[in-house]
Amino acid sequence: MSRYPVKRSALLPLLNLAQREEGFVSEPAMREIAKILDLTPPQVFETVTFYTMFNLKPIGRFHLQVCKSLMCALVGSDNVVGWIQKKLGIGPGQTTSDKTFTLSVVECLGSCGTGPMMQVNDDYYEQLSEEKVGRVLDDLKRDGTCSLKTGPFMYPQPLGK
Amino acid sequence: MAKYEKILLNNMEQPGYTGSLADYERAGGYQALRTVLKDMQPDQVIEVVKKSGLRGRGGAGFPTGVKWGFIPKDHPGPKYLCCNADESEPGTFKDRQLMERDPHQMLEGMAITCFAIGAQTAYIYIRGEFRLGAKILERAIQEAKTAGYLGDNVLGSGLTINIFVHQGAGAYICGEETALLESLEGKRGLPRFKPPFPATHGLYQKPTVVNNVETMANIPHIINRGGEWFASIGSPPKSCGTRVFCLSGHVKRPGNYEVPMGITFRELIYELGGGMRGDKPLKAFIPGGASAPFLTPEHLDVKMDFESVALAGSMLGSGGVTVMEDGTSMVWAALRLMEFFYHESCGKCTPCREGSSWLVQTLQRIWGKRGRPEDIGVLEELCGNIAGRTVCAFGEAEVAPILSTLRHWRGEYDALIREAQETMPRSKEIPVLTH
Repeated sequence: MSRYPVKRSALLPLLNLAQREEGFVSEPAMREIAKILDLTPPQVFETVTFYTMFNLKPIGRFHLQVCKSLMCALVGSDNVVGWIQKKLGIGPGQTTSDKTFTLSVVECLGSCGTGPMMQVNDDYYEQLSEEKVGRVLDDLKRDGTCSLKTGPFMYPQPLGK
Repeated sequence: MAKYEKILLNNMEQPGYTGSLADYERAGGYQALRTVLKDMQPDQVIEVVKKSGLRGRGGAGFPTGVKWGFIPKDHPGPKYLCCNADESEPGTFKDRQLMERDPHQMLEGMAITCFAIGAQTAYIYIRGEFRLGAKILERAIQEAKTAGYLGDNVLGSGLTINIFVHQGAGAYICGEETALLESLEGKRGLPRFKPPFPATHGLYQKPTVVNNVETMANIPHIINRGGEWFASIGSPPKSCGTRVFCLSGHVKRPGNYEVPMGITFRELIYELGGGMRGDKPLKAFIPGGASAPFLTPEHLDVKMDFESVALAGSMLGSGGVTVMEDGTSMVWAALRLMEFFYHESCGKCTPCREGSSWLVQTLQRIWGKRGRPEDIGVLEELCGNIAGRTVCAFGEAEVAPILSTLRHWRGEYDALIREAQETMPRSKEIPVLTH
């Protein structure tokens, strides 16, 4: 909070923190944050509802967010949703019964040259194929992580290097 | 393949370059900051940037040096610099690469900018989804602080420059500079009326400069090599320097390509991008991110600079070039983009909030083969009532895909509507817009 001359600026960072701990932004968390920042709970709530990334309800352990904007759609993002649906039996907005996966369809994630893509929690998975999606889902379920996630981004890779 | 000197992507394309401070210093990094602190006055830095002709790389293309010059010099402070790393314009993915692969390049640019405008505090507003980028930047800031490039008493100059990473939470509109400031203040990201401009009433109502990541990354190079050098690259006098163009869609080699402004779309798509996927004919392309009107194959030889693209009826915008092959429905493409804009409309002003919903519904109706002949008029009228009548530029952006596809591919709309008329009796349940 010392980063900001006005306390309220710490609102998004605190909400991000709350969501990281609980997987969603709970009402007690919002009340607590309001107290810390000298805001009213409605001031916190009105801000939370503006931002797409905040979940107001608990979600699965892995949040699969598939980009459906035009650039990804041109290269087949609708297929990705279908592949996930086929494998996990959940559609957009649904969570698997074991609470492992929640599927969302979202707008542009800034990965238009390497679509179709999805974000899973903090990580990006790009240039998806049915096989790759399958492996990501299997790895995540089994190991909690998957090596196919994108590292520091550069595309295309320089030729010959 | 034509070979152009890369300025911003040069370091990161060297084998083994990791973007660490040591790598950046080995490549000559932080020399510009040393020069500025040792030999230059803030005004001189602003003059060099003005002379370079650098224009903002976020989309609007405002001259950077002029923007800095608007910061009142006699203001007691504090003043702020905000780096716009919200990168959420569909079709654009260059800032992500600049941040994740060479973070110190933009940090050095930011430190120099702070010196030029007299700011001690800078924030990088990065979109919430870019967690990796935020982590890399946090680490780079720590490295720079330890080495004395940031923090208190920068390089022994007595100046304080602190840079903080601030993560957004998923809202396209926060890439609009005043919405970004609202969001940074912990509020809903609703754009402010302008004037007053951020230069006098920005973050916390203090003088503030908001600059894009790519703009910041250019600054150290301009200091090192001079304003004249930069102004000689590209398509002077109005489009100087290189741009990192983001190529996406139906091309063989999508990705980020840094080239001097002024090459043609044909060269980008067919030489650098390797041509169309499956060698199909090109049907349409978007030249500058989702907010830019669509162009046609006739425009392939248009030069990629601010003026030429504007003359062709579109804009160079954020540099996102999206290519569509023959067979892609333009009504569908406009609908996909409109769904994006509908989702992202912040709701502050009526024309955009209500208009985007009507536009989406009308397009869905046409695409779903339930369209009516009068729907084209409805679209045109709605667009006319949105563009130019909103608080921010989002209004112009959301109507661009519709108006441009109507202009160039009106027949596709008509055909879908005709089909609807032939196959479906008019339903009374379809909402009718009355005036």
